[in-house]
Amino acid sequence: MAASRIAQGRISRRALIKGSLAMGTGLIVGFHLPLAGGNAPRAQAGSLTPNQWVSIDRDGLVTIVNSVVEMGQGSLTTMPAIIADELDTDLGKVRVTQAPANPKLYANPVTGAQGYGGSRGVRDHIDMLRKAGAAAREMLMQAGANEWGVPLSDVDTDLDTVVHKPSGRRMPYSALVDKAAQLPVPQNPRLKKPEQFRYMGKLMHRRDTPLKVNGSAVFGMDVVVPGMLIASVERCPVFGGKVKTFDATAAKRIKGVKDVVQVTNGVAVVADSFWTAQRGRKALKIAWDEGPVAAVSSASIRQGYVAAAAQAGQVARNDGDADKALAAGAKTVEAVYEVPFLEHACMEPMNATALVKPGSCEIWAPTQSPGSTQITGSKVSGVPVEQVIVNTTYLGGGFGRRGEQDFILDALEASKALGAPVKVMWTREDDIQHGFYRPATYNVFKAALDGQGTPVAWWNRVVGPGILIQKGRAQAGTIDPAAMEGVRNMPYDIPNVHVEWVNKDYGVPLGFWRSVGPSQNGFIVESFVDEMAKAAGKDPVEFRRGLLGKSPRHKAVLEQAAAKANWGSPLPAGRARGCAVMFSYGSYVAHVAEVSVAPDGKLKIHKLVGAIDAGFAVNPDQVKAQMEGGGIYALTALLYGEITIDRGRVKQSNFDNYRMLRIDEAPEMEVHILNSGEAAGGLGEPGVPTVAPAVCNAIFALTGTRVRSLPIRPDTLKRA
Amino acid sequence: MITLIVNGKTQRVDAPPDMPLLWAIRERLALTGTKFGCGIAQCGACTVHVDGQPVRSCITPAGAVVGKKITTIEGLSAKSDHPVQKAWIELDVPQCGFCQSGQIMAAAALLARNGKPTDGDIDAAMAGNIYRCGTYQRIRAGIHRAAQIKKGGA
Repeated sequence: MAASRIAQGRISRRALIKGSLAMGTGLIVGFHLPLAGGNAPRAQAGSLTPNQWVSIDRDGLVTIVNSVVEMGQGSLTTMPAIIADELDTDLGKVRVTQAPANPKLYANPVTGAQGYGGSRGVRDHIDMLRKAGAAAREMLMQAGANEWGVPLSDVDTDLDTVVHKPSGRRMPYSALVDKAAQLPVPQNPRLKKPEQFRYMGKLMHRRDTPLKVNGSAVFGMDVVVPGMLIASVERCPVFGGKVKTFDATAAKRIKGVKDVVQVTNGVAVVADSFWTAQRGRKALKIAWDEGPVAAVSSASIRQGYVAAAAQAGQVARNDGDADKALAAGAKTVEAVYEVPFLEHACMEPMNATALVKPGSCEIWAPTQSPGSTQITGSKVSGVPVEQVIVNTTYLGGGFGRRGEQDFILDALEASKALGAPVKVMWTREDDIQHGFYRPATYNVFKAALDGQGTPVAWWNRVVGPGILIQKGRAQAGTIDPAAMEGVRNMPYDIPNVHVEWVNKDYGVPLGFWRSVGPSQNGFIVESFVDEMAKAAGKDPVEFRRGLLGKSPRHKAVLEQAAAKANWGSPLPAGRARGCAVMFSYGSYVAHVAEVSVAPDGKLKIHKLVGAIDAGFAVNPDQVKAQMEGGGIYALTALLYGEITIDRGRVKQSNFDNYRMLRIDEAPEMEVHILNSGEAAGGLGEPGVPTVAPAVCNAIFALTGTRVRSLPIRPDTLKRA
Repeated sequence: MITLIVNGKTQRVDAPPDMPLLWAIRERLALTGTKFGCGIAQCGACTVHVDGQPVRSCITPAGAVVGKKITTIEGLSAKSDHPVQKAWIELDVPQCGFCQSGQIMAAAALLARNGKPTDGDIDAAMAGNIYRCGTYQRIRAGIHRAAQIKKGGA
């Protein structure tokens, strides 16, 4: 219907799937193809379709389904390349379609959900996708062996062609499709050795770049459904507030306003254009029941944190006896670190389009969670979950924000009320003031060193809210794993370690902000370790190396970043370097930053040198892009990122007061990839956590000023 | 109704003169390559050319550009072969891509007046365009590469 979707991966019900493919982590996927209609690709009867991921038709056209939504990370390019490599097909000719919502077929095999976050693209799917491609290849090879009456061991492939090695006879895949389709699907097909990879580990250009340079890529905001109306929702300025009463008389008088309806999250003005809907919103008169969060402000939250920091929390880790070691230490270090709430600020403001009719429900959305979107659709429409059609568009940024369901709900409820297709679009102000925020936290550290400067005790109390607990995804009263990521598992080899968490939640909605817990915990841990290095009188890289004997991958990336940044070599006057290292989302990352500070306090970050060990970089240029982009994301937070709350309302509203780093502030960046050959690690998030501490440690090395509260405020670095 | 000249075509547009050009383009002319990012001329995602100059269409009333030549990303080149577009493809500049129409229109306007921009020229011309995915250094490299392509360099 809409000429607006990324090609949808719908395979006809008539196509048969053979047997079952044992998936990488033990999940066995059932094999009835999705029944969703529309856009049936050519791969039907007369095709080889060994599983839900790949199909080859009699013309040799290879269709690969990509399940991991494209939010900028290059999944539309990288994921299909994994299959294509094992299938040994020409990647440039492959047709790629985006999976519809159908968790039975397309769920992440590790999480079991069709939602994408946690840097889980490559690392959770690579084993399964390799097998999916290899199974098809092996069936074609077997079909060729049968044709020639030769053993399978004498058969190989060479780019869309089956080859009989002894004789050199060749047959294209297309000629073997029907025969191969009769064969059983191998459960454990032979995989390529890394040196046989044709695409993986090499430069792959993005499939979506050509569409993104001429305006033709369709983002959620660009969806057009015939007869579609545009809605804009006025939300209570206070978190959790509800509509008491509203008067839409004036709004409805505006030409082009079609209707005004109450929805769960406020009052929706539905109009013939976004601009008209905005004018309608301004004309609304709404009385709100602001609710309890109206009493909350940043100052009161901080007061609560400070008080809580004086009380014992839940113990997340306890090695040895840190209290005793602290008392006995030759030298102690103490510090408090604070970080603010942060909003994601995806470039594309939240939006979604829905068409709810009696007995049917279709959604077009830039969503990180097609699976949750399907469930939301079912709840609002009453249509059974598996019958709700979800079309995932390109996402104009995700960063964790687009896994939420609030914007989906807006569109569904407005469409249901109007009985027409409705696109809900948020303003930038809606986006910044009605987000799901990275938690603000307050963190107390104590450490003790012995007479030689060797750390003997580490003590850390983290105060803040828990994302998973607030969302009901971890049990109240337990320790929130997201809050502890990066502190509980800090890598330094110290005999006495004590880590506590105090849950203080004041009702500010929380969300998964690119790199989540490690986004702040990297800053606090790596800054405090630097303070310990200073107290020990040791070089920051050497100090860390000495404590990473049991963490060789940490050590390797740190050494790589230090070497590439010429750590220890002289710098021009007025410049200094700082370092940081961290594990997150399955990958190891280190950064070295080089900075200068002008007399007026203006910080310049000249260079960031990063090293990442993600096991194996399937798409090295996109690994670099994620590191570069993650670096800028982190620097934006370091220099400007702060959401403040006043009477339950967010004070910031748009890019003039919630600033983003711009090109004239962007440092030179280098990224060095270490392929350790270990299990695949995440890529979207691990580049974020080490940037802020590397920069702040460089500031300390240069100025002696220790940044312990983010963002860096304009007068923090001003010289007296 | 107003009359606009968009990508070389003169069209009657069902829009009041005070409607921002962005919405006239996106919702009335169905040219959705130009994006909405902030509505207050802070992010540059809505950048189009008006008589060759980069303009923020989110704060420009449609009525103010009647009779002027408006170029959107869709009209920058017929076959995505403007030097900036070619360079962008070569270096895989975009990530999510949402801001890229604006980035490309700003870069094209820079190259039109300065065939060999320095890093400083690029910073000055491009600082109005936010790139949240953040590979700013690819934008710098992309503009340098586009300058080469424009000059006839391979």
